[in-house]
Amino acid sequence: MERAGCIEMMYPELEEKVVVTIMGACAQELYNLGHRENFFYLQHAMGLASSIGLGLAVHLPAERVVVLDGDGSVLMNLGTFVTLARYRPTNMIHVVFDNGSLLSTGGFDSQTASGTTDIAAIARGAGIEHVAAVSTTTEFGEAFVDALERDDLSVIVAKVAAVGPEHYGMDLHLPENAFRFKRWIAERKRAEHTA
Amino acid sequence: MTVSYENSKVIFDGIKAAGIKSLSALPETWLGLLLQRAEDDPDMELFQVAKEEEAIGIAAGAYFAGTPHVLLMQNHGFFAAINGIVSLAQLYHVPLCMLIAYRGHWGEPYPWHTRGGIVTEEVLRALAIPFEYARSPERVAKQIREAWVFSQSSLSPVALLLTRDLMEA
Repeated sequence: MERAGCIEMMYPELEEKVVVTIMGACAQELYNLGHRENFFYLQHAMGLASSIGLGLAVHLPAERVVVLDGDGSVLMNLGTFVTLARYRPTNMIHVVFDNGSLLSTGGFDSQTASGTTDIAAIARGAGIEHVAAVSTTTEFGEAFVDALERDDLSVIVAKVAAVGPEHYGMDLHLPENAFRFKRWIAERKRAEHTA
Repeated sequence: MTVSYENSKVIFDGIKAAGIKSLSALPETWLGLLLQRAEDDPDMELFQVAKEEEAIGIAAGAYFAGTPHVLLMQNHGFFAAINGIVSLAQLYHVPLCMLIAYRGHWGEPYPWHTRGGIVTEEVLRALAIPFEYARSPERVAKQIREAWVFSQSSLSPVALLLTRDLMEA
């Protein structure tokens, strides 16, 4: 299973979601499908995508927040699982693409590469109730649909191949992404209040 | 020395008066009474984090969501959060209003706090984070409001250092 295929499968569902991705390949693969104003690409500060997701989800109860994370990033902020478990944002889906590799920084094996470390088990042990561990595209699709239908925090750990896009680059400055993302949310809130 | 009950209340009231609806924090002796108030206040969203860098992400999420948010941390926790401050907040122009317990400085009896206290100001300067000292209960509410306003207008991290004079009774 490749991450790009999973993201492509999710893409139609992300049109109305508040989406946060990690850096590098994951961000690029989403961007390549077509940027939307509701996508925020965290191109640095590894580990914090899910923390941003928590801050968004708790303060935007009418929205659904989807975080696209990776093994290298989440390993830099394992504490996020205990904080997520504690505050349990019911409107958040946390997808962790586990390719066992620090692909975007040279392809070194991450600590999950040997199969010894189990990120899904870490999430469960932190106290998150709904954790799916998947390794095929069909399983991923089912887990994502389940998460969308569930009114609770969902974590999906997806084992994917360590491959990424051929080219990197976005026609989007980082602060510009932040400003436009914030504006999209503000306009959604305005529309919600006047509806 | 004990933590000032009165001044903890003044600070919390100052946070509320500044229009803040959401707090992230890692519990710390000087911040304990403040956090208790936040916990007991149904109008305040409180996130207790496992490590302070998480709070930078949560604060960014709150900012994008349009909810006024303040971060409470010890200066050592500020050190632990620096990559998030630089590579999320400063890189993306996300404001942060940080109230930092300024441990390890004048009058500090505990050796383990001292090294962090000694370098705090220089680290703030190196990161170009504007900071002020909160020393008196008469002024602290105004300083919190001003820190908040400045963070929002500058789209920058701003720090208010909560000193021993203010926090201990």
